[in-house]
Amino acid sequence: MGEYKMPSLGADMTHGKLVQWNVKPGDKVKRGDIIAIIGTDKADIEAEVYESGTIGKLIAEPGQKLPVGAALAFIEVAGEASAIPSPTTPPLAGPMPITPAAAPPGPVAPVPTIMPSARIHASPLARKLAEELGVDLSKVQGTGPHGVIERHDVESAAAAAQSAQPAATELPKSVSGEATSGMRRAIAAAMARSNREIPHYYLSTQIDMSAALKWLESSNVKRSIENRVLPAALLLKAVAKAVEAVPELNGYWAEDQLKPSKEIHLGVAVSLRTGGLMIPAIHSANEKSLETLMTDLREIITRTRAGRLRSSDVTDSTITVTNLGDLGVESVYGVIYPPQVALVGFGKIVERPWASQAMLGVRPVLTATLAGDHRASDGRRGAQFLDALNALLQKPETL
Amino acid sequence: MTETEIRQAIADSLRGIAPEADLAAIPPTSNMREALDIDSFDFLNLLIGLHTRLGVEIPEADYGKLTTLAEMIEYLKAK
Repeated sequence: MGEYKMPSLGADMTHGKLVQWNVKPGDKVKRGDIIAIIGTDKADIEAEVYESGTIGKLIAEPGQKLPVGAALAFIEVAGEASAIPSPTTPPLAGPMPITPAAAPPGPVAPVPTIMPSARIHASPLARKLAEELGVDLSKVQGTGPHGVIERHDVESAAAAAQSAQPAATELPKSVSGEATSGMRRAIAAAMARSNREIPHYYLSTQIDMSAALKWLESSNVKRSIENRVLPAALLLKAVAKAVEAVPELNGYWAEDQLKPSKEIHLGVAVSLRTGGLMIPAIHSANEKSLETLMTDLREIITRTRAGRLRSSDVTDSTITVTNLGDLGVESVYGVIYPPQVALVGFGKIVERPWASQAMLGVRPVLTATLAGDHRASDGRRGAQFLDALNALLQKPETL
Repeated sequence: MTETEIRQAIADSLRGIAPEADLAAIPPTSNMREALDIDSFDFLNLLIGLHTRLGVEIPEADYGKLTTLAEMIEYLKAK
């Protein structure tokens, strides 16, 4: 029998809070099933199980904040003989203080004490918001599918509670401020670590996007509006294919060496309306068709903004792409998300004078940048990546 | 279709994208994406929502005609 442990769901996550169990002892699970909700500084994440088997004793209780690697439950892995395990982490009676496994990145937020209770069906975003607004979910009527409590249900309950006590209570704290404080701490920890540990080098190139945009426009004419492909998806596919030729940019720096990844899982920086950002992964992006990549991009952005990310979404990225073109920025010099070793940035596609074959014309031009970890790769290899990216975008039909 | 129906469809489509958005507070001639602080992905979702709710085809070549709220309403009224 194995242990299901508190997963590491981010570069500097030292602890997580068990928000809810989705399983009970005796339940059969298969790899990839969501068995719990884990709260991190950034968001509540739907935690998947890594092995198929049968859930044994649940060690941790909802509300407990535990270090990464702490045993949360026993699981009898399919095919294994049943045996009474001797727990490496003693079962805990109730919420306990945080015991970070490593030096904490900063001050840790107070841990609210949540007593185990009857299961309440609520989305992770609704749970987080309820905690921030002090709303008791057991008193909220869910209006989502099968009565699931959703964000707007919590907001309505909070508004009702506020109007019921207009003067007697302290003014509620800013929702966005509360929602982003943990987020900012998590981003601060990861980015400070990156700047402290990673010797960045930066390269940029300008790419004539005429061929890519023309091809995209003509291929989109044949697609229904639901299936149209945005330039952002084309750029992701181009990055995934270009990085195949420069594996030093795809993977992790760990134990003082580069650990390149065979799979190319693109981390996509997604900004949240409540502030901050998440970097969910699009798995095996180089092997997917453009249409599938666009579908996956839509799905992952929607789930990110709805607060329904899974553990594999936030742990698997092997290289990150950030696109700030929507905001009019022309070039992005990003900070690598550790332990990754590269980050690709895209700005806005702008019309610029462009000389080609001794002729001056106006072309849609994109500035692509690469932030590389100099421990893992050199500028020459980075330049080869940008060159490959450019070449691919000149032949979009091959993507 | 009437302007009221179109406004309702826009408001309904925005609910899942920018829940806090108040259509009445958006200046009719302002850039919608800037006023709502939405990206190209969410703008596409808005147009998909309008297509689904109103049954209107919106070719990609027409996106430039839907920049402001006033333009959007006029475009959809003419469909």
